[in-house]
Amino acid sequence: MREACDLVVVGAGPGGLAAACRAAEAGLDVLVLDAQPEPGGQVWRGEARKGANRLARRWLTRFAASGARFRPGARVVAAPQPGVLLVEEGSSSFAVRYGRAVLATGARERFLPFPGWTLPGVLGVSGLQVLVKDGFPIRGKRVVLAGTGPLLLAAAATIHAHGGEVLYIAEQASAASHWGFALQLWRHPARLLQGALMSAALISVPTSTDAWVIAAEGEGRVESVRLSVRGREEQPRCDYLGAAYGLVPNLEVARMLGCETSASAVVVNERLETRVPKVHAVGELLGIGGVDQALVTGELAGLAAAEQPIPVELEHTWHRVHAFAAQLALHDAPRAELRRLATPDTLLCRCEDVPMSALEGCQNLREARLYARLGMGACQGRTCGTAAQTLFGWPGEDVRPPCLPARIGSLRLPSDVSSTHTRES
Amino acid sequence: MREPASKATPLVTLRINGRAVTVPVGTSVAAALAMTDRFVSRADLSGRPRGPLCGMGVCFECRATIDGVPEVLMCLTPCREDQEVVTDA
Ligand SMILES: Cc1cc2nc3c(=O)[nH]c(=O)nc-3n(C[C@H](O)[C@H](O)[C@H](O)COP(=O)(O)OP(=O)(O)OC[C@H]3O[C@@H](n4cnc5c(N)ncnc54)[C@H](O)[C@@H]3O)c2cc1C
Ligand code: FES
Repeated sequence: MREACDLVVVGAGPGGLAAACRAAEAGLDVLVLDAQPEPGGQVWRGEARKGANRLARRWLTRFAASGARFRPGARVVAAPQPGVLLVEEGSSSFAVRYGRAVLATGARERFLPFPGWTLPGVLGVSGLQVLVKDGFPIRGKRVVLAGTGPLLLAAAATIHAHGGEVLYIAEQASAASHWGFALQLWRHPARLLQGALMSAALISVPTSTDAWVIAAEGEGRVESVRLSVRGREEQPRCDYLGAAYGLVPNLEVARMLGCETSASAVVVNERLETRVPKVHAVGELLGIGGVDQALVTGELAGLAAAEQPIPVELEHTWHRVHAFAAQLALHDAPRAELRRLATPDTLLCRCEDVPMSALEGCQNLREARLYARLGMGACQGRTCGTAAQTLFGWPGEDVRPPCLPARIGSLRLPSDVSSTHTRES
Repeated sequence: MREPASKATPLVTLRINGRAVTVPVGTSVAAALAMTDRFVSRADLSGRPRGPLCGMGVCFECRATIDGVPEVLMCLTPCREDQEVVTDA
């Protein structure tokens, strides 16, 4: 099966939606693909059904009216030749031939290993938050959150709003860095983050800076957490622990297409075009910047893709949110102690059960792959590769297709798409 | 921010490891798993239990057999009526 379009948008978070709206409204035939069952990305999870968030409602309504086509549950797995993507959808697959592309694949959490982090009930901070948005029964449950930055507070607010009891918020950053950052925040148009800060203050959860999780303990599931709180140790009992350290962009699709990256962000010009002609990147792919950055860069790329003039205000807004992203990166940098929590038998690679001790002597990710099978499992190093980057300073490797585990059949190019193959499909 | 109690939300009933679970439409299978006694999606190579970690299709800890299709991510799959979910743990 195949699809053709002027513009393919990979990812239906705020970045992808804004790009799709602008381009479709300008008359392009736009196809939007997302692995999730609904549009909205991470921050607007479930909003297509609930309509509780005004900003989300505005964009989702605009998207529905824009004329852009949306395919949910569609995962981009390979890019066999320029202008073609292979997509897996449920138990079938199809190819997309496109004129231009906007990559809006967003970000994931940075997990760092500590003893007990593989126990059921230990999740990411935002991982727990999105599960709660998806109907996770959190009412009456005791939750400890450990991590960094405004997402910690956003998660606390969501859990609280759904009846969960947030016992403790451990912010790894030092007090000085944290409050310096929080004060900066008010100067930037990060509406959601401001909201999160305020709601966290309102629910009055004990919060400490200079605090992090040392270990999770329990028989078969997490039962308590050992925390370091300004040099003292505390051990609250809890039902769930959310522990993660900021976000990192999902660069796999961009790398697979050959886009240049630098300092964990896709390199783009002022039209948000990557070094690969006709391929744009937006949102978290440009560096972690939240929903405002995603929207403004999405609009810019959508207009650029449709060869429309870019309004000056839009450019100004972009420069403002960009400054905010730089602040966030400084604040979110994990402190040194977090790199020393794992013991020799703590697993680093969760898919292949690779303990820290197995990496002795490895100099880089490639050696760790070859000698210890790090990153060779189902998630293809999305979790452990990112952790290894922080723990050992190993840079990420080039992505080889498929960029997500895929069935063999999904990787065959349909004959009506291929220009070089003449196989019957 | 608080949601109204799900008075108008339609419900669906699925089976997770043979056990019937009834949830509001829109609940993900990973979220429904937490309504069973064990929030466990698989066993690691030494047989220790694992549960969902990222909630967003990145970590692959939540893979299960859903309606006969193996290796489906529970966190990206909405619950449907009569769905059959089997975890490998
Ligand atoms: C779990 C999580 C929760 C968050 N919660 C908040 C919050 O409460 N408040 C806040 O301000 N910010 C939150 N953020 C930050 C958030 O990343 C941004 O605010 C915003 O969502 C970024 O928009 P985006 O369009 O760049 O990416 P996203 O919203 O992350 O959207 C990216 C989309 O791309 C899709 N995708 C990725 N790879 C593929 C592929 N190969 N094939 C098909 N589709 C793919 C994903 O399914 C996803 O829907 C959260 C981030 C995460 C990771
Ligand atoms: S919980 Fe990580 S992929 Fe589903």
